[in-house]
Amino acid sequence: MIILTVEQTIQWMKEIHKRMEVNKEQLTTLDQAIGDGDHGINMERGFAEVVDKINNTDYDTVADVLKSAAMTLTAKVGGASGPLYGTAFLKMATALQDKEVNQQNFKVAIDEALEGIKMRGKAEFGEKTMYDVWYQAAAFLDSEKVEDWQELIEACQATIEDTRALIATKGRASYLKERAIGHVDPGSMSSFYMFEALVSVLELEV
Amino acid sequence: MKKVLNSTDQVVEEMLDGFVTAHADSVKRIPDTTVIARKDAPVSGKVGLVSGGGSGHEPAHGGYVGKGMLDAAVVGEVFTSPTPDQVLEGIKATDSGSGVLLIIKNYTGDVMNFDMAAELAEAEGITVEKVIVNDDVAVEDSTFTTGRRGIAGTVFVHKIAGAIAESGASLAEVKAAAEKVIKNVRSMGVALESCTVPAAGKPSFTLKEDEVEIGIGIHGEPGIERVPLQSANEITSTLVAKILADIDYTNSEVAVLVNGMGATPEMELFIVHRQVAKMLGEKGINIYKTWVGEYMTSLEMTGFSISLLKLDDQLKEALDGQSDAIAFRL
Repeated sequence: MIILTVEQTIQWMKEIHKRMEVNKEQLTTLDQAIGDGDHGINMERGFAEVVDKINNTDYDTVADVLKSAAMTLTAKVGGASGPLYGTAFLKMATALQDKEVNQQNFKVAIDEALEGIKMRGKAEFGEKTMYDVWYQAAAFLDSEKVEDWQELIEACQATIEDTRALIATKGRASYLKERAIGHVDPGSMSSFYMFEALVSVLELEV
Repeated sequence: MKKVLNSTDQVVEEMLDGFVTAHADSVKRIPDTTVIARKDAPVSGKVGLVSGGGSGHEPAHGGYVGKGMLDAAVVGEVFTSPTPDQVLEGIKATDSGSGVLLIIKNYTGDVMNFDMAAELAEAEGITVEKVIVNDDVAVEDSTFTTGRRGIAGTVFVHKIAGAIAESGASLAEVKAAAEKVIKNVRSMGVALESCTVPAAGKPSFTLKEDEVEIGIGIHGEPGIERVPLQSANEITSTLVAKILADIDYTNSEVAVLVNGMGATPEMELFIVHRQVAKMLGEKGINIYKTWVGEYMTSLEMTGFSISLLKLDDQLKEALDGQSDAIAFRL
């Protein structure tokens, strides 16, 4: 049973953009504490471009929408976030090529995205990066049949709180060493908004 | 903060425009990109050398484009890596069929964007190799972290790889020479005052009136510690001691680069160099060549860095090779 249609995928991108717009200041403030202070600006700009692109294109498959998003993010966001999110969406697109999006296929797509982030960012779980949130989301999808997508949000939220206590060992926050403790990782936060947006459009498999 | 600007979101665009206008005899801009290339690129039979990174470090890297150094520099937003599509354009503009070497400074964003560009180029049938410069001894080196940053020592990589490439060497040989420089160059910096990214409009960090940050990164990333302002000799001694402790320079010959970060007068840089030379002399380290000036800036940051490159005969010869690069004529 299909849990994500072309229409819903387009809606997902728009919902992400809405959240980046609303939380632009928050993401930038988080990044000023432990990074170079442009995460909110870059993510809002990137997803504005994604929405602009999909508004002007016709799509037949979910994979094509995701590929468009991947290419736009890669070319427009810059920094580390561009290639990381670009790779994540590109891997999802490749995994979903010629497939309908049921829970099983979607799980494989998230696993592929996770692998992509790991390869691009050379990250492991527990290093206070966006990888932690994607890792939890993938782990959540491992559970047999999802009864309530809200639980995915809760799983991601718990991870965000966990990153607060960590020392960063990857990314620009790593130069701060113990000075990073107590701060939420901005990339984890923007990833959280993506999953929150996803949950707002996903169907339950019945 | 007063700055000479028209609009904050056109900074890079207008700078590139001005740069190619000023140096139209030797460089060109690849249309609709942020790539500055040698006017005669791609140079037939020669390995292409491409570097780049965020802007705000002028003359890096556009100033190092020219015969004997880089074939192209790819420019990103201020302190932000250029995107893979732009780097790909730089690779395509400089590949003559002999392959392209990417010289990347070790920052998470730069490495990822250049990596993706390399993958895209390979998919188009271009052979690409890359080296990652990590000369900053202020940062702990460990396989579990992002590792050391690439700072002013990168200029020596451009110079030597450039000379080797100009001699007609293969991609593997040019890469090996670049790796040798990376293995033998160490740097460290200090900041007295922050810089202000135009779009941000406020200083990237703040130091107290009498405070300096030892080991500052070129985007204002934290260094080792904040200490009260000391004399030029004392600060210089701290930096040089840390560099000399990192690799064995005993009885070696070195190239010295005393680099101003944007707002430190040359007068002060020479005072620094005086102490560098004195310390190296006492250790029996012979200075082969010296550069004092602005080579890798951080907008208007006040501060400087010191780089020491340990030389052998191959590196000396390459260092002496002719260069037409605007910021490194030799």
